[in-house]
Amino acid sequence: MANTIPESPPVLDVVRVRQDFPILHRIVRGKPLVYLDSAATTQKPRQVIDALTHYYAHGNANIHRGVYVLSEEATAAYDGARKKVQRFINARACREVIFTRNSTESINLVAQSFGRQNIGPGDEILITHMEHHSNIVPWQLLCEQTHARLRVAPIDDQGELQMDEFERGLSSKTKLVAVVHLSNSLGTINPVSEIVAMAHQRNVPVLVDGSQAAYHMPVDVQELDCDFYVFTGHKLYGPTGIGVLYGRETLLDAMPPYMGGGDMIRSVTFEKTTYADLPHKFEAGTPHIAGAVGLGAAVDYITGIGFDKIEAHEKDLLEYGTDVLSGVPGLRIIGTARKKASILAFVLKGAHPHDVGTIVDMEGVSIRTGHHCTQPVMERFGVPATARASVAMYNTRQEIDRLVHALHRVRDTFPL
Amino acid sequence: MIDLRDLYQEVILDHNKHPRNFGELEGADRHADGYNPLCGDRLAVYVNLDGDVITDVNFFGSGCAISKASASLMTDAVKGKTLSEAERLFEQFRRMVTEPEMPADVEALGKLAVFAGVRDYPTRVKCASLAWHTLRAAFDDLHQPVSTE
Repeated sequence: MANTIPESPPVLDVVRVRQDFPILHRIVRGKPLVYLDSAATTQKPRQVIDALTHYYAHGNANIHRGVYVLSEEATAAYDGARKKVQRFINARACREVIFTRNSTESINLVAQSFGRQNIGPGDEILITHMEHHSNIVPWQLLCEQTHARLRVAPIDDQGELQMDEFERGLSSKTKLVAVVHLSNSLGTINPVSEIVAMAHQRNVPVLVDGSQAAYHMPVDVQELDCDFYVFTGHKLYGPTGIGVLYGRETLLDAMPPYMGGGDMIRSVTFEKTTYADLPHKFEAGTPHIAGAVGLGAAVDYITGIGFDKIEAHEKDLLEYGTDVLSGVPGLRIIGTARKKASILAFVLKGAHPHDVGTIVDMEGVSIRTGHHCTQPVMERFGVPATARASVAMYNTRQEIDRLVHALHRVRDTFPL
Repeated sequence: MIDLRDLYQEVILDHNKHPRNFGELEGADRHADGYNPLCGDRLAVYVNLDGDVITDVNFFGSGCAISKASASLMTDAVKGKTLSEAERLFEQFRRMVTEPEMPADVEALGKLAVFAGVRDYPTRVKCASLAWHTLRAAFDDLHQPVSTE
């Protein structure tokens, strides 16, 4: 008898996932930790921690040029991590994957290398109102250096980019678009493919800040067709101090080095130095080898679980969280875009976000409060700060309930 | 176990809701602005002096309950005191909120002792101290805003 197995929706085994994260079993302020600040940094699975330990305990050596076993192994591990990242974001080649310290350094690299080469007086860089400071300030520095101008595309009351205004912001003067994929303070997912298509029609390259997106959804740089894509390891369940710059090979090839030093050269004489090929041209000095190895382990971990399951689980948490948070008297959610992920930012009438954060912490619940490095967003919504709960694959509905319970304690302390 | 009341005492909640000496003081002898970039708290402190005696002191601004209540209680505490007495009070207050052991002379702080619980929340020390830093800047009549960072 032929049986057809019905296709079941992807289900994440969150109990098993949580077993992989040692820190989630901590007791803080006398209560089991509820960690809802993954947008700031995600916790690390045992697999990543083990990869770091193993590298330092068994494989540590400087990479390249060493002719002994350990150096060859370390080089292979570092290059192997790059290969994993290349597959993870579907870059065409490893040459397009540059290891940096974090997203911020990746953006500064593009600003100072591509920017100073291609942007001049009167030119314009177009960003959006929802950018993180790290996708604002590097461009302001560049504008000061080159007398270019920063233009900002507005967002609406839901926290969505106003696409018609964005398109109007593109002109013959625009030399670069820099836009966030998933907003860290609103949760908005921007229509990156559409943005790239609009910009490319005018031959304007696009940098995408994927710091938040990369651990919530599959990223395919070829499908997005973006020219630069940046993200950081520590939000991707990996170590701090390791980040990635993806760049289109033709652009990276034409760009001058960002920093000079060892490892980025082909030959050095006092008269003339020639630079190494990609990706090494942009990796001066001994890199964070262990960090790259740890990032490779994080990529393996995410891939092993699968974004279909991660996305379905986090979508459920976001919908559930939106629903139950809305039941807290005087609570207003900031950021209600139709397409959003992972971020539940809110203000509570009569209670300052900082007091909310402290009282919630007394209940063992970690959330972030403040401007989230997006002061223009705070200004846009007329609030000095927000409280932000952000979810990752290891969170549960019970943890959201703990947050809501804690918010009721805030309400008791600051009655309406 | 930490009790919520240790930090958010009734006196603090009351001063947050009904701040004393609140509002701009037009034509004040001294004035300074304070800013805590961590939480976005902003407040201004205004002082009128007779010689070195504080005859009037007001604050104005917005912030969390801790910073607002601290500013409110500070204005009550320093009114009628000399500049050096106010400085000494600030020093006692600073020790109370930062030192691991409760200072023996905490009684001398009177109502300000309600902030003793802040000691257990290092990130909130700046909230409790902002008004005091701003007051000191007002004594110096600084025209640059002071920052807790």
